[in-house]
Amino acid sequence: MAIFSVYVVNKAGGLIYQYDNYVPRAEVEKTFSFPLDLVLKIYDEKLVVSFGQRDGIRVLSINGVDVNGKYTAEGKEILEYLKDPANYPVSIRFGRPRLTSNEKLMLASMFHSLFAIGSQLSPEVGSSGIEMLETDVFKLHCFQTLTGIKFIVLADPRQSGIDALLRKIYEIYSDFALKNPFYSLEMPIRCELFDQNLKSALEIAEKAGAFGPGS
Amino acid sequence: MTILFPSLAKRDSVTNRGHSNSELFTLTYGALVTQLCKDYENDEEVNKQLDKMGYNIGVRLIEDFLARSSVGRCHDFRETADVIAKVAFKMYLGITPSVTNWSPAGDEFSLILESNPLVDFVELPDNHSNLVYSSLLCGVLRGALEMVQMAVDVRFAQDTLRGDNVTEIRMKFIKRIEENLPAGDE
Repeated sequence: MAIFSVYVVNKAGGLIYQYDNYVPRAEVEKTFSFPLDLVLKIYDEKLVVSFGQRDGIRVLSINGVDVNGKYTAEGKEILEYLKDPANYPVSIRFGRPRLTSNEKLMLASMFHSLFAIGSQLSPEVGSSGIEMLETDVFKLHCFQTLTGIKFIVLADPRQSGIDALLRKIYEIYSDFALKNPFYSLEMPIRCELFDQNLKSALEIAEKAGAFGPGS
Repeated sequence: MTILFPSLAKRDSVTNRGHSNSELFTLTYGALVTQLCKDYENDEEVNKQLDKMGYNIGVRLIEDFLARSSVGRCHDFRETADVIAKVAFKMYLGITPSVTNWSPAGDEFSLILESNPLVDFVELPDNHSNLVYSSLLCGVLRGALEMVQMAVDVRFAQDTLRGDNVTEIRMKFIKRIEENLPAGDE
C-alpha cells in the first residue's frame, strides 16, 4: 500500500503545492561494450531509450557522472560521445524520467480542465467533475472544495481511506497555510508546518488506511 | 493568528462561554479597535478598516469552517441563514443568533444577537457615536460568503452599544458570483 503524491490546485488551475511521497524505483547501471545494443534518441532535450528492453527510460549518468540534458557533464553531446569506440567500455545508468516542476504545473492545469470537461460531458444533470481516475498502477483521487480548491492524491489502487485523507489535507490546509498570516491566498504554499503535518497525515494514512473524525 | 479563531471545540474542552480563551479574543479585539480609534480621526474610517480586516479573515475562515463542518452547498438564502446562525456562529463565537425579519422576496434577513461576545466589557464613549464597534463581523460574513460565490451586503441595523435593545445584523443577498463558481460543482 502506498500514497504516491499530493497536488493542491487553486481555483484558477494553478498548482500551489506538490509533494512526492515515494522514492524512485531502483535505477539500473550497466556497462556496455561497442556497439551499443540500445537505440537512444533525444526527446524533449533529454536522452531516452527509444528502442531496447525498456523504452522511455532516461539516461541519468555516464561512467558515474550525472548527465546534463543531452550533454555530458563536460558539455559534449552524449550521442557523439557514444559513437566513438575509443570511449568504450562505458557504464550507463538508467532510470525513469522524473517530472520537472514545469511539467507538474502543466499537468495540474491540464487536470483542472479535464475536471471541468468531465462535468460538461456528463449525460446526467448536476454532475461533479472527475473524482477518481483509475489506471493499472495508481488511482487519482480528487476532492474539490466549495470554494474551488482541488486536493489531488495519487495512490496505490488498493489503498483505502483516501476520502478521509483528502478531508484531512483540507483541514491541514485551512490550519497551517491559511492561518499563517504571511501566506497569501492562491499563491504557492511554502509553509514548513504545512509540510510537516501533511507528511505525518500521509504516514498515518498509509499505515492505518483510515482517519477518525478530528484525529 | 489562531487566537482570532477561538473554535468551539477548544472552548468546550475547558468550560463554556466566558473562559479565558474567548476572553482573549474579546480583549485582543478591544485593543485593536482602541488602537484604530487612535490612528484614525473619524469613526467612519475605523469602521471601514475593521470591515476590511474582517473581510480578509473571512476569506480564510471559510475554509476552516468548511473543513471542520460537513456543511454542503446551500441552495437558497434561507439555508445559508440557518448555517450561519446555527453552525458558524456557534462554532466560532459560541452563540446562536436568531434569524428573523425575512423580506418577502427572501433575499434579506436579520440576525438578532442576544449577546455579542465582542462587546462583553465595552462602554462606548460619547465621542464615538458613529463607531460600529463590531464591524469586523460584517467583513467576516461578507468575505466568507464571497468565497462560496455569494455577494452579500452586511451591516449593523441595531447595536446594544448604541442604546438599542438588541444587536441586529442585516444581511442582503446581492447576487450569485458566477465567475467564481468552480466547474463541475452542480
